[in-house]
Amino acid sequence: MSRYQDLKKNLFGGTTSNARQFGMIFTLVAIVLLFQVLTNGLTLTSGNLIAVVSQYSYILILAIGMLMVIVAGHIDLSVGSVAAFTGIVVAKAIQQFDLPWPAAVAFGLLVGVVIGAWQGFWVAYVGVPAFIVTLAGMLLFRGGNQFIGNADTVPVPQGFRTIGAGFLPEVGPDTGYNNLTLLLGLAACVAVVWREWRARQVRQEMSAEPTPMWVSGVRLAVMVGVIVFATLRFAGGRVGTSLPVSGIILAVLVLAYSFYTRNTIGGRHIYAVGGNARAAELSGVKLQRVNFFVMMNMSVLAALAGMIFVARSAASGPQDGLSWELDAIAAVFIGGAAVSGGLGTISGSIIGGLVMALLNNGLQLMGVGSDLVQIIKGLVLLLAVALDVYNKSQGRFSVIGSIMRPFRREGPPVAAQAESRDETDKAPAVG
Amino acid sequence: MNDAPPLLQMSSITKTFPGVTALADVNLVVRTGEIHAICGENGAGKSTLMKILSGVHPYGTYSGDIVYQGEQVRFGDIRASEHAGIVIIHQELALVPGMSITENIFLGNEPRRRGAIDWKGARRRVVELMEQVGLKEDPDTLIKDIGVGKQQLVEIAKAFAKDVRLLILDEPTAALNEADSRHLLDLLREFKRQGITSIIISHKLNEIEAIADSITILRDGRTIETLDVRVDGVNEDRIVRGMVGRELSSRFPDRTPAIGEVFFEVRDWTVRHPISTERLVCKNSSFNVRRGEIVGFAGLMGAGRTELAMSLFGRSYGVWLGGHVYKDGKEIQLKSVADAIKHGLAYVSEDRKAIGLNLLDDIKSSIVAAKLSKISRHGVIDQVKEHRVAEEYRNSLRVKAPTVDEGVIKLSGGNQQKVVLAKWMFTDPDLLILDEPTRGIDVGAKYEIYGIIQRLAEQGKGVIVISSELPELIGLCDRVYTVFEGTITGNVPRRDADPELLMKQMTSTKKMPTP
Repeated sequence: MSRYQDLKKNLFGGTTSNARQFGMIFTLVAIVLLFQVLTNGLTLTSGNLIAVVSQYSYILILAIGMLMVIVAGHIDLSVGSVAAFTGIVVAKAIQQFDLPWPAAVAFGLLVGVVIGAWQGFWVAYVGVPAFIVTLAGMLLFRGGNQFIGNADTVPVPQGFRTIGAGFLPEVGPDTGYNNLTLLLGLAACVAVVWREWRARQVRQEMSAEPTPMWVSGVRLAVMVGVIVFATLRFAGGRVGTSLPVSGIILAVLVLAYSFYTRNTIGGRHIYAVGGNARAAELSGVKLQRVNFFVMMNMSVLAALAGMIFVARSAASGPQDGLSWELDAIAAVFIGGAAVSGGLGTISGSIIGGLVMALLNNGLQLMGVGSDLVQIIKGLVLLLAVALDVYNKSQGRFSVIGSIMRPFRREGPPVAAQAESRDETDKAPAVG
Repeated sequence: MNDAPPLLQMSSITKTFPGVTALADVNLVVRTGEIHAICGENGAGKSTLMKILSGVHPYGTYSGDIVYQGEQVRFGDIRASEHAGIVIIHQELALVPGMSITENIFLGNEPRRRGAIDWKGARRRVVELMEQVGLKEDPDTLIKDIGVGKQQLVEIAKAFAKDVRLLILDEPTAALNEADSRHLLDLLREFKRQGITSIIISHKLNEIEAIADSITILRDGRTIETLDVRVDGVNEDRIVRGMVGRELSSRFPDRTPAIGEVFFEVRDWTVRHPISTERLVCKNSSFNVRRGEIVGFAGLMGAGRTELAMSLFGRSYGVWLGGHVYKDGKEIQLKSVADAIKHGLAYVSEDRKAIGLNLLDDIKSSIVAAKLSKISRHGVIDQVKEHRVAEEYRNSLRVKAPTVDEGVIKLSGGNQQKVVLAKWMFTDPDLLILDEPTRGIDVGAKYEIYGIIQRLAEQGKGVIVISSELPELIGLCDRVYTVFEGTITGNVPRRDADPELLMKQMTSTKKMPTP
């Protein structure tokens, strides 16, 4: 095997999670660079990166929950309305009862829990398809928002705005950068190195063929390079700005949910239910509980996204969260999830969401009107998935598949491949 | 008959998929009016050959010649081969459940009169066709309301509607009970008298022996031999030798049973159908299993064996009306699958693709799926442990796959079944219920599965085997219960078990005295 193939295998087709992480960052960098050229360097300015994060973090938070819903074989059309409803309820509560902002956030999450329990009940215990339940929820909570808010905007106080529009404080010596962001970047670098080391250990314990040292080295160098670059950009913006608080919330959620879906029993059960519900049930998975959980979780995340949006725009209004569900669903499918459930990853969905976000942002920077942006986004979604489907049906190289394969659980079979496999699988010797 | 001119001659067929040669220089000669069987283990190339013949793999994707009715043919798709009178009936039937028999028979082939579908003419024709295949049903009956056996007949009638000259049947009796199988085989003989040529692919060697005029054996993508049944004096052992390359000394591994005391007992188990409130699928069923014992359940399709097993396994089927389960003398409650697993029960379903496996999963996560807690701490899965456990099972059960990261969908039926067995062995069960454990599995893998079952019994576990193949039950089990229409009608120890006795008890409501 040539060095090039070796590299390709280790970076993209490798089985260690680090190879997946690396492939992902690589994809993202490619898209960023494209727009960097097209916008004459505007994309990668500190100001723009910070704006992108604070503008799209709530969509990405929704994509996390949506991924789990879609993997379990459902869909949630109500997230935009749930976000708007929570926003207005929280804003009203602050206005009327003078809630301190942490209490307001907790109250908002509680609203999410209650709404989630409502939707989860119908889906999991009554057995109404999630499409219907959440279509009803979409109308219900949109109406609820306008009913409570009197179809008017309700402002929120300064403290509450932190979660949507806040930045890390300036502390420590004057380095010309935001020091806390620098520290976060440093922590991320350490974490990446530690993970690479752990992954090598795990491979050794599994007595698998070890990743060549130089591959680990290249991978680490690129990852650390990207992190350092991003850190300096986020830390080096206008004084008083940094990595937005909403971006930090998003990062924590991505890490936590990636771990949950990949490494825990609960996460496995979601994939099992989406892959084959009956088989999961006969393996002792509590189907209803899993379905209830994913629907409930989605609403809680939608409530959080709604609050972040309200905090960012300083007020809750009747048009908040319009068509967010579609953005979140698009992100998940561009990220390689299967329409029929059972396949997909958090990291893939985040990539999908970032592709959409950067596309949006890049086109806006280029001065393209919102009408055209929508048309282009729609076509990109359709073409990306269609090309993938077509290539798969032809048994050929799949573009998205090859990009996303490292993030996917075992993908659906390529027809010809499965067949040839069948043919080679000679029956074992008979004793 | 064998002096008849060849209807079909496939010569030097070679087909490669990226990286593998599926067929190498295969030859097949089918004579007009004969029943020609194609035998071979899974992966020998039978299906690929038939896909080439029917145009699924179009001309140009393979090399070699096909001469049909004296002319060289180059089928570009299925329509082209059907136009020439070659119709293939797959194992998975291609019928629309919500449509009537008539609609299904003429689906895609609707008779037209002045632009509209001529339903009157269609129905008249359907009545004729149904008579031809011996199907007695109202032509307006929906497909979902008739049994698998009759559905198969509808498929054949559909083939007749297309003016079939060469009928290809892929595992036609795999899903049929004995009576339906016999009817189908009789029908093939009848077609032969009418001059229709058939090719039959089947794992059931006794059927092939009974019905085929000639047999072509494939192994590893090559033609091994073509046997003329009248001349060569073919029997099952002869076919097996061709398929695996040597004689099978025994179809069941040797075993000296070491049977302990009764540890699992079911009393008066009564379950009704999930929808039809009148219908009881288990009627006061009582049975027991001893440690180290392999207990068989014989019955016709629909007798209620699967229903009994699944209702025991955490009430996964129907509505429980009464009955008790005792393990080691104590009554246990099995209200959910989790309960059943906790109490040491395991159920390997008859349909591993539909309800036994998550086909999107890889081998390792399939194996641990039913007892994740065993490799986890505080709900977090230890992936090193998972990998190690899966590797152990891959080696001990000889699952043929390069790594445990391989997707289960890429495995052959026998290897998938081994993965399902591993999945349930991993739960440390005391009682394994295996529902049709060797369905759709070739001879070699069957032998291995039997070995695994026997090893489980040797470890002191109880094993229940539900099977529609009587020789399998007789060869494998220490004791066989017979079930008829939800009632356990007999309990036959190994020394008394013979096909006639079992068949009699499987088809009679009268309760036999327990020996």
